[in-house]
Amino acid sequence: MHQQDNGKAETFDVAVIGAGVVGCAIARTYALAGARVVMLEKAADILDGASKGNSAILHTGFDAPPGSVEAACVTAGYREYLEIREKLGLPVMRTGALVIAWTEEQEAILPDLIAQAHANGVTDVEMLSREDTLRREPGLAPSLRASFRVPGEFIIDPWSAPLAYLGQAMAHGAELRRSCKVLGGDFGGTHWDLKLSDGSVRAGLVINAAGLYGDDVDLALIGRRDFTVRPRKGQFVVFDKSAAALAGHILLPVPTKITKGIVVCPTAYGNLLVGPTAEDQTEKDVADLVPDTLAALRARGEEILPGLKDHDVTAIYAGLRPATEEKDYRIRHHADQNYVTVGGIRSTGLTSALGTASYVFGLTEQTGFHYDPPESVHWPTVRNISEAQQRDWERPGNGGVVCQCELVTRREIESALEGPLAARSLAGLKRRTRVTMGRCQGFHCTARLAEMTEGHFAVPMAEATGHD
Amino acid sequence: MTRMPESVDVVIVGGGPAGLSAAAELKRLGIGSVLVLERDREAGGVPRFCGHSPYGLREFRRPMFGPSYARALEQRARQAGADIRTSATVTSLRSGPCLTVSTDDGLSEVRARAVLISTGVRETPRAARLIGGTKPGGVMVTGALQSLVYGTRMRPFRRPIILGTELVSFSAILTCLHAGIRPVAMVEPSDRIIARHPADLLPKGLRVPLHLSSDVAEIHGSAQVDGAILTTADGPVALETDGVVVTGKFRPESALARLAGLAIDPGTGGPRVDECGRCSMPGVYAAGNLLRPVETAGWCWAEGRAVARAIASDLNAAARGGGGAISIAGGPLKYVMPQRLSGDARRAFDKLQLRVNRPARGRLSLLVDGREVSGRAISALPERRILLPLPPEGCDAQVVFEEGT
Repeated sequence: MHQQDNGKAETFDVAVIGAGVVGCAIARTYALAGARVVMLEKAADILDGASKGNSAILHTGFDAPPGSVEAACVTAGYREYLEIREKLGLPVMRTGALVIAWTEEQEAILPDLIAQAHANGVTDVEMLSREDTLRREPGLAPSLRASFRVPGEFIIDPWSAPLAYLGQAMAHGAELRRSCKVLGGDFGGTHWDLKLSDGSVRAGLVINAAGLYGDDVDLALIGRRDFTVRPRKGQFVVFDKSAAALAGHILLPVPTKITKGIVVCPTAYGNLLVGPTAEDQTEKDVADLVPDTLAALRARGEEILPGLKDHDVTAIYAGLRPATEEKDYRIRHHADQNYVTVGGIRSTGLTSALGTASYVFGLTEQTGFHYDPPESVHWPTVRNISEAQQRDWERPGNGGVVCQCELVTRREIESALEGPLAARSLAGLKRRTRVTMGRCQGFHCTARLAEMTEGHFAVPMAEATGHD
Repeated sequence: MTRMPESVDVVIVGGGPAGLSAAAELKRLGIGSVLVLERDREAGGVPRFCGHSPYGLREFRRPMFGPSYARALEQRARQAGADIRTSATVTSLRSGPCLTVSTDDGLSEVRARAVLISTGVRETPRAARLIGGTKPGGVMVTGALQSLVYGTRMRPFRRPIILGTELVSFSAILTCLHAGIRPVAMVEPSDRIIARHPADLLPKGLRVPLHLSSDVAEIHGSAQVDGAILTTADGPVALETDGVVVTGKFRPESALARLAGLAIDPGTGGPRVDECGRCSMPGVYAAGNLLRPVETAGWCWAEGRAVARAIASDLNAAARGGGGAISIAGGPLKYVMPQRLSGDARRAFDKLQLRVNRPARGRLSLLVDGREVSGRAISALPERRILLPLPPEGCDAQVVFEEGT
């Protein structure tokens, strides 16, 4: 259906490969600049790779390596998110973060981290004694030694943000193709002809934002790769909403060279999250949950916030971050081939996405990629599923609550099953509405969902039996 | 739908057996306005989806199937004059007591002289059990399976594993067979079947292989389950399966009570109550399985009625103060309910309800000032209720389980 009748491939200015948060932000930036964008996603739905398992923090970049591409993109992405979020209906929870030292060695590093924060332009950090820390967060285990507070670290909704970016891109003509894998391509000097699992497209510029598969896409298109993705698994446990009162801040450990470490933080949906682990993997498509690791995460959570022992775990999940040989982002503009690789974007991707998109746009602008900007900019808002703003269950005409734990209404579910960005799987519907994500994990709403989603999903939730 | 009333005598949150029997009883006792708020599309609670086993012997003096029992309870409450609202979700409870309710109309505030919470129990799902592997479709608790099979006439899989051997686990097997689903295994972590005789004969009779001292360690598959790894006494075993029914391990649905800041008992997981079902917030009561996991529908029905009588008597006269706390002392004891006494003549609970968290034998004693006021030799199993007489009024009491013979 995307193929034109005469057999010639449809032509676009830009093809973005990979509908993760980074790809969605890139599609938005180019579409707002006036480019005709096609988004190619091999999975049945967007946000199905690295983007589906993050901790939802809007980072200031206080602990980024100063001078790195990552630091620049995080700073710019942070600023732009706060600038545009209201126009797109996106929430922010201004929690602030505490970086907590639990040992003497960690305490000794705090001044260095504060100096690093200053070097990254985050100058409002404040050192807190043990007593001051406990005064601000009385739920913390009293064995802590000291902390410093980063007031600008916030919590956002990791699902709505990329949906809003892509939605705005689509309002400006971007086209989304799901279940559409890039198999190969030829660069003919002025444009690319991409061979897809369901046809082909022609594009003036190709941007590889394939995340975990970034190196494979490079190999398939430009015949070489500048880096190798080494997936790093992160497992998380999520506690029930009643646990959210135990912590007001994002509670960070003193980071190591490898990872930001295990975080305890509120979520935009009113839960409390503990994770992630950092486990190097060989496989890109499986992120297994490991019972012992989950139990250890729970135990670590209870060490930090002893009150957690009286609360239920409501959800568990695992994600893969597309780490590479180096810590910094791997963004490379192959100017002679009209091709950009945007790789190695790990924990900070949600924050930096908008900054990364501008950075990439700047690279290609320098080599002559200009478009005609639209006369006016559309700002389609997304459905709010966070606790930071009014929810649909508070408004009339919602059709009644279907998912009782997460208070998801019939109207929200119906609307997520419609339109060009409609959910095509239960996982996609969960990300758009949070159905079944609560404490009962579908005890109450599974049957109604199976009924409501009939005919909408590639793999149905259940089959009709015809029994009495 | 007519508008939500702004003010009523009693609001009942949850229209299952306990809530509906309380509603009927309150009306019978002459309470003016009784509002039942049920979040589902119909009232009746869990029995609506239990198309088997005898219900209603105590309440209607005849054996009934779950769905008709649920309808009869609702009808009785309506006929008594209770206002039952379905698709009405209570989103908060504050002192007053005062409730926020979400319906298709948006939000309403309801003020009441008394609130009874009877939100029941739910099963412990996969996530809370920290079962590993991936997260494919086809993993669900019994309640979800039953509402699919009996509510929408659908089946989510054809050859699932049943995890657990409680009464509800056998109910899951019967539900499967009803929809033409053939369980491939029943898996139980302990070394015996938990449900009492004769349910334990079912796996053999239905030729469902039973794996005792085993557990589901990992679930695999992408869109749908395609296999599971069991841990067994003989090491890991891979099973081909397309679903997992995670059954039982009931826990009180206490989210509303917790968010309202009611005192929660760590043993039961429900709100702490006195012998009249009074919670820590004035004017707020609890009844039914919210009080403790888990009792039969008939038991919850009787409890709802008893707490309704206590509410009616409180509405007519101020409650007495004073009384004592009741605690449990370690060992195999899991919980005691009620957890305190207010010294009321008009009690909802005339016995202490106790459970153990593992099979145990020994002597169970109720101590006041270190002196045994009642006690007996006992052989206890986790799934069986244990009853003790209430201690005398006005003093703290402790229940002790001394193991041995």
